[in-house]
Amino acid sequence: MMHAEQTPMEAATPLLQVQGIRKLYAPGKGVDGVDFDLYPGEILGIVGESGSGKTTLLGCLSGSLIPDQGRVFYRNRDDRKLDLYNISESDRRVLLRTEWGVVHQHARDGLRMSVSAGANIGERLMAVGGRHYGQLREAGENWLREVEIDPVRINDTPRTFSGGMQQRLQIARNLVTGPRLIFMDEPTGGLDVSVQARLLDLLRNLVMDLGLAVVLVTHDLAVARLLSHRLMVMKQGKVVEHGLTDQVLDDPRHPYTQLLVSSVLGN
Amino acid sequence: MSAMIRVDNLCKGFTLHNQGGVSYQVLDQVSFTVGRGECVVLDGPSGSGKSTLLRSLYANYKPESGRIWVRHKNSEVDLVSALPRDVIDVRKHTIGYVSQFLRVIPRVSTLEVVMEPARRLGISREESLARAQDLLRRLNIPERLWSLAPSTFSGGEQQRVNIARGFVVDYPVLLLDEPTASLDAGNREVVVDLIRSARDSGSAIVGIFHDADVRNRVADRAIALGARKMHSIAEEIQS
Repeated sequence: MMHAEQTPMEAATPLLQVQGIRKLYAPGKGVDGVDFDLYPGEILGIVGESGSGKTTLLGCLSGSLIPDQGRVFYRNRDDRKLDLYNISESDRRVLLRTEWGVVHQHARDGLRMSVSAGANIGERLMAVGGRHYGQLREAGENWLREVEIDPVRINDTPRTFSGGMQQRLQIARNLVTGPRLIFMDEPTGGLDVSVQARLLDLLRNLVMDLGLAVVLVTHDLAVARLLSHRLMVMKQGKVVEHGLTDQVLDDPRHPYTQLLVSSVLGN
Repeated sequence: MSAMIRVDNLCKGFTLHNQGGVSYQVLDQVSFTVGRGECVVLDGPSGSGKSTLLRSLYANYKPESGRIWVRHKNSEVDLVSALPRDVIDVRKHTIGYVSQFLRVIPRVSTLEVVMEPARRLGISREESLARAQDLLRRLNIPERLWSLAPSTFSGGEQQRVNIARGFVVDYPVLLLDEPTASLDAGNREVVVDLIRSARDSGSAIVGIFHDADVRNRVADRAIALGARKMHSIAEEIQS
């Protein structure tokens, strides 16, 4: 009956260590002291209403916003612990092109709208030294298939794609270099409900199959419940509650979390 | 610890901050153990904390104090203080939970819903599929429904899909919340068989069963909730 290997739970090393991040635009506006560790394969959801600081936090974590205080450590593929804001800007950019991915809420912020779908996907491969045209094209076609875009569209520009397709292309563009950590900001925001369902289904499977670690910012508790293992609830720059996703949503303890959860229809 | 589950002075209450700060204590110093091959039923009137206790055993609810020790991979984990990723590991390998209602995810077929716990454990697609099909057949879910998402199924059908999902992996610990509530007599039989097989192969089972007949046929003893202090009544239930 006991079929699985009996390996004890190993003390894994965190992929990301976030310490004392602070970036305030005004009292209560921005990020006001956030700490957490993220392990490989973990999906962390950050939820809160507009103005909670969650997008600012994501910016500080992914290298696009320099925090006023605090540090972000990332353990890279060579097992080196990088202090994100102590390495050079160009080293940060390499990280973003190779081991990290960023999926923006608006696909146009994460795609090159005037080059072909194939080029969008191939660009990151070329940036890390891919040169062989045939291989780049094949990778492009494979990834389009992975994200359920007909490979026949490989030469079309994203301008000709629907919103959902643009988002899926953005995802493919990020995944092509085999990143270990993805930052996502409202990945289904602004999409029709049926389109959202399809995208969430894709994300769910990809993340599970590829063992990706994800930091996912969303205001949508249903998205958070579906995709994330852990949840952090933010209000006015602070984390008011955090824990296992279903526990935070089914047994909320902080007054704000209780309010959020009870305000959602059909949660 | 030879027991599979050891609950130690568990206290769980709720404070509804947005409803006048009303607060109530549901579990007060609850302690008990469950061994391998035992099926324990939670007894008590509605509102006495049976579901609260069951959810706490899955770490879905978080108690204020006390411990829930679970035997996991030859060691013990306290679910009350465990990190989220450790709870997830325990849920993946050790504890299965059949809730009262199936949570439906759009676009995921019945077969995939049932297969998922096995796939996550690394069991091959072929093996997972075979187990899922076998369970769905036993639970009388017609084959023509297998490729459909369960969202349009009846309550009873959804519950049977939920049950299949709970039994696709041989969990050392099984938590069952009213598994036969929406089922007819024939399907209740199937579920009783599934529970007894699991118990006979050594699973430790904690369940809530309103149906007295089902309860009498699967449970070894009962734990009664409802008074301020927990009572543990070791009832020899005749099968």
